[in-house]
Amino acid sequence: MLTVLLILIPLLAGVITFGLKGAGPKILALLSSIATLGVALVALFQFRANPAATHVSAQWIPQLKANFEVGLDGMAAMLCLLTALAFVLVFVSIFSREYERSASFYGLMLLSQAGLTGVFVAADAMLFYVFWELALIPVYFLCSMWGGERRIPVTFKFFVYTFIGSLFMLVGIIYLYLHAGSFGYQDFIKGAAGLSASDQNWLFWLFFVAFAIKMPIFPLHTWQPDTYEQSPTPVTMILSGVMVKMGLFGVLRWLLPVLPHAAAGWADLVMILSIIGIVYASCIAIVQSDLKRMIAYSSIAHIGLMSAAIFAHNETSLQGVMVQMFNHGINIIGLWIIVDVIEQRLGIRNMKELGGIASKAPKIAIFLVVIALANVALPLTNGFIGEFLMFSGVFQVNVWFMAVAGLGIILSAVYMLNMIQRVIFGESNAVTSNVTDLTAGETFSLTLIVLLIVYLGVYPKPLLELVQGSSQAVLAAFGR
Amino acid sequence: MNALLSTAISGLVLMFVGLFVKNRQSIKYFAIAALLVAFVANLFDVAWIIHHKQGYTAYEHMITVSLFTTVFNAVILGSTLVYYLLSGSEFEKVGENVAEYFALQFFILAGIMLATSFSNLLILFLAIEIMSIPQYILAGSDKHNLKSNEASLKYFLMGSFSTGILLMGIVLIYGGSGSFDLEHLGIGAMALSPLTLVGILLMVFAMSFKVSAAPFHFWTPDVYDGSPTVFTAFMATVVKAGGFVAFIRLFQIAFKGGIVSPQWELVLEVITAATLIIGNITAVYQQSVKRMLSYSSIAQAGFMLFALLSFNMRAEQGILLYAAAYSLATIGAFSVLLKMNDYTFDGFNGLARKEPLLAFGMTICLFSLAGIPLTAGFFAKYFVLAAAVQQGGMLWLVIIAIVCAAISVYYYFKVIIAMYFKAGDPEVATPSNAYKTMLVITVALVILLGIFPNLLLKWL
Repeated sequence: MLTVLLILIPLLAGVITFGLKGAGPKILALLSSIATLGVALVALFQFRANPAATHVSAQWIPQLKANFEVGLDGMAAMLCLLTALAFVLVFVSIFSREYERSASFYGLMLLSQAGLTGVFVAADAMLFYVFWELALIPVYFLCSMWGGERRIPVTFKFFVYTFIGSLFMLVGIIYLYLHAGSFGYQDFIKGAAGLSASDQNWLFWLFFVAFAIKMPIFPLHTWQPDTYEQSPTPVTMILSGVMVKMGLFGVLRWLLPVLPHAAAGWADLVMILSIIGIVYASCIAIVQSDLKRMIAYSSIAHIGLMSAAIFAHNETSLQGVMVQMFNHGINIIGLWIIVDVIEQRLGIRNMKELGGIASKAPKIAIFLVVIALANVALPLTNGFIGEFLMFSGVFQVNVWFMAVAGLGIILSAVYMLNMIQRVIFGESNAVTSNVTDLTAGETFSLTLIVLLIVYLGVYPKPLLELVQGSSQAVLAAFGR
Repeated sequence: MNALLSTAISGLVLMFVGLFVKNRQSIKYFAIAALLVAFVANLFDVAWIIHHKQGYTAYEHMITVSLFTTVFNAVILGSTLVYYLLSGSEFEKVGENVAEYFALQFFILAGIMLATSFSNLLILFLAIEIMSIPQYILAGSDKHNLKSNEASLKYFLMGSFSTGILLMGIVLIYGGSGSFDLEHLGIGAMALSPLTLVGILLMVFAMSFKVSAAPFHFWTPDVYDGSPTVFTAFMATVVKAGGFVAFIRLFQIAFKGGIVSPQWELVLEVITAATLIIGNITAVYQQSVKRMLSYSSIAQAGFMLFALLSFNMRAEQGILLYAAAYSLATIGAFSVLLKMNDYTFDGFNGLARKEPLLAFGMTICLFSLAGIPLTAGFFAKYFVLAAAVQQGGMLWLVIIAIVCAAISVYYYFKVIIAMYFKAGDPEVATPSNAYKTMLVITVALVILLGIFPNLLLKWL
């Protein structure tokens, strides 16, 4: 029942929010997100005590043998926690801000939270697909209504891209369903096992394209920098912190275990694409002067590494990916909060026009440095453990892959440190000398993030233990 | 049967009601009452069939009433009811003869009821004609508008042609098989004679015309655009669904033996592909929302054709759900259009600020037409595509459909973008509270069917 509550709370709160006025929407949104976080924590403990208790199943469309079937495993529990946490962080950090048509803004945010959570807990392919779209549509409206100047064409591109991907996935789901006899996760695995190798091969691409667009993986990434740049920053936080994990999650949950042979067959190609993405995106990140675009490209590079590690499919790499999904989510939300603070205070994001913030707003500077270092995967920060595991996983498969992907570490240090240098150090100018330091809400969010960064960097064991079962389940599909 | 008789009699009565009742609002209420009577009459049929666990035939096996027939009738009558409640008041704006407009629509409904239950080719012919002729008149009902006159004439000429072709097809099939009775045609049980094959092809062409499938669609945009908008909404939804069900009955029953001629199937596959591609691509270039909806109705016909290509239970469920989803969404979209003064995309700029409820209703309807999950259109598309995948050998066509669905997002979302993201001050008639309530109910139905398609399918 807790699993259902995780979806139901934001869904109902979202619908109610549309009818509220004044400060009502943001208060309800915050309360709902805190309640969801509480439920997510309790669900996590419930999962640790008795995984079967998180499983809920009810009849939905009997003609199709589609059921409302949700449940948690380690990875899902972790991602639900990430989603719940992300929304609390976002709502707290923007609490002092006023949004035009705030009822719609918060309502849509909550609906997308319900969709995201649904994606992570669905154990029925049809349900998974429905939640997949439910997560997307509110985001489309959020970006198009509250975004930057070029928001309409940019967001439309994003929507069409992901929608086409979803439709391909739908064909794959229909085809698999006809062989599996139901949409149930286990039936899908069994049904797909009976398919011929050629069928598995093209089915792989139908699913992979949908997931690759969402992540995004080179060369399907072109929507991402524009969308991150043009979206209102709270939405960018959700997009990059949580929504890209949908793609990674999709591969781990619905692609590798269902079509293991095709996945093994195409692994090298996907890894090469992912690694091209790492180097390419890192190089572009270096020359960006817009803060948002730089972080967007850095995100492509990080996701590229995760995708390469997924397709290395050994236990080390898979565990690395799973913990990194959580850690990357936390870190990137932290970065966005700071970017948002700078943009809101100064009205600029161009690094050439920034500088000298450290002397005026030391809190901003400290948090930015810590989070940026976590993003570079400095040891004792949370980014390190995931990257280390992923690199050693890739290393086991192909030394050259690891060597080229490893360039990403160096390049990320280049652009991140460069960014720190240009944004917070150096001389302040007419604009940046007026910067005010963090508000209470922002400080709270960032403190929470930094505590998590340090805690998980020093003691990653609980997170690793949580996802261990999931990574082993994926490997079991490969007979390892 | 009950629904057929009820709608036919109501049509006749309505013709005379106009003579005695001068208050036009009362005529609308009379029509709604008549529709409810037909709905209840149809429910008796449903109950009878469920109780006896089988359908029945009537008039020397001319008509067969099955569970599918009656459930489909219920969808048609329900959609018409929604249409009357949403747009019934707009009839007065077209012209003087409100009672006659309602009467003509009841005759069309009678034609549809006949089309859902025919089991003889001659009855099919009658059904198609009863559906078509009142439409020619309704298309030209705005007598002082040249475009309306043109639409009517065009529709009439083209319609007559296609009727001729249909008749020729029936004659050839009769020549080949020696029977008019659908069950005894035997065209699915053995290899086809050339005569029968030509007959089938002619019928495919004629029926494609009636449901505006490409390349027989060219009349559609002009007729839909020229006809008074309130009647376009009816033509593009309820009547089209009726045409499809006749099409499907014809082939599903006649080909029962299981042998389907590859030539016939290939022609239909090509028609489906052409309908999808032409409908969607031309819709992209339209400047007016009304014309866009006309082309979109062609595009939607492409999806419905999938149900025709697949001989399985899923296809039957698919067309039922499609008819309901498509009719509700299109009726809803047209009802919003009727409130607008300017039908261009720019005319919708800023509607979300001025009339948030209208914009919201339109958005959900367009979502449904685009096939976005959690709206009825998603499962409708899902069922027809799943039927085709299950049938096998049509994956290329399914992929074309998927690409076309993605294209459709472009033009449907153009309206949403205009309403929500662009600034403007659209001229819009203030909607009454009754209208608003009805729009909310329509939207709720679209969403409800999108979450629980079972509500409708369980009756089959």
